[in-house]
Amino acid sequence: MTTRVGVVTFPGSLDDRDAQRAVRLAGAEPVALWHRDKDLHQVDAVVLPGGFSYGDYLRCGAISRFSPVMETVIEQAKLGMPVLGICNGFQVLCESHLLPGALTRNDSLHFICRDQKLRIENAGTAWTRDYSAGQEIVVPLKNGEGRFVADEHVLDELEAEGRVVARYLDVNPNGSYRDIAGITNAAGNVVGLMPHPEHAVEPLTGPTTEGLGFFTSVLKQLVNA
Amino acid sequence: MPVARVVVDVMLKPEILDPQGQAVQRALPRLGFDGIADVRQGKRFELELEGPVDEAALARIREAAETFLANTVIEDFTVRVEEEAK
Repeated sequence: MTTRVGVVTFPGSLDDRDAQRAVRLAGAEPVALWHRDKDLHQVDAVVLPGGFSYGDYLRCGAISRFSPVMETVIEQAKLGMPVLGICNGFQVLCESHLLPGALTRNDSLHFICRDQKLRIENAGTAWTRDYSAGQEIVVPLKNGEGRFVADEHVLDELEAEGRVVARYLDVNPNGSYRDIAGITNAAGNVVGLMPHPEHAVEPLTGPTTEGLGFFTSVLKQLVNA
Repeated sequence: MPVARVVVDVMLKPEILDPQGQAVQRALPRLGFDGIADVRQGKRFELELEGPVDEAALARIREAAETFLANTVIEDFTVRVEEEAK
C-alpha cells in the first residue's frame, strides 16, 4: 500500500504544492489537508509547509496553531506520527509546544534568501534517516523570522539529547542560537526545520537534490514501523 | 451600557534580542533625539469587554494572554483595566 503523507494548507501557505511534489518524488502519495478540517484522511505522516499562515499576524504560526487540523496533528504527533514543519511549519510546531523554543526576527532585520549549507547532526529522526550524521547538504533558505531562540537550559538539553537535527555551516543567516537550523522532539518523530528541503528535490529548480532525503526518510521510517 | 477596556501589553523578555527596538534606537540620534540608551518594541492589545470587569473576566483575559496573545517562551505580558468608557 502506498504511504500517504498529508500536507496542510493554511490561509497563506505558499510551499504546500512544493511539499506535495517532494512527497511524490520521494515515492509517497501526497494528500492535501485543509486547515479547517480536523480529519487527517488516514495519512501516515504530516508536513506543515512554509508560507505566511494567517499573514503572520500576532506572531508567525500563532493563529494557525489553533486551526482545527492542528488539534488532530498535535494529538497524533504525541502518539508518534511523523510530523515535519518547514519554515512557517517550524514556527507552528513551536507555537504548538510540540517543539521547544521560538523563532524570532532575524538579527539583521532583513529577509534572507540564499542557498544554505547545513550539517545534519542527527540522522536518527523519522525525517533524517536517509542522511548520515555529519553529512553536509545545501538547500534553499528564505525567512524573515528564522532566528531560533530558547533559554540556556533548553539549549543545553537539546544538545545533550542530540536533538539538534541540523546546523548552519559557514554562515549563520539569522542569528539562531548555536547555529541551530532544525530540532526534533524527544521521540524523534517531530522535526522543525527553518531551511527548505522541498525546494531542493529536482536539478532543474533546486541548487541540489539534497533535500529529498527528508521525504525519503519518512517513507523508510513508515515501512519499517 | 458601559464598555470596559482592558489593556494587555506584551514585551519580549529582557534576555531576548529585539532587533526592531535596536533599529529604532539607532535611528533616534540620527533624527536628533539624543540621550536614549535603549529601546524595546512591544505590542499593545486593547480588549473591550461586553460585561463587567470582574475577577472572572480578568482571569479569562489572563488566560487568553498566556495561551494566545503572548508566547511566554519569549514574551512577558501585563494585564490592566484602563478605563470605564461610556
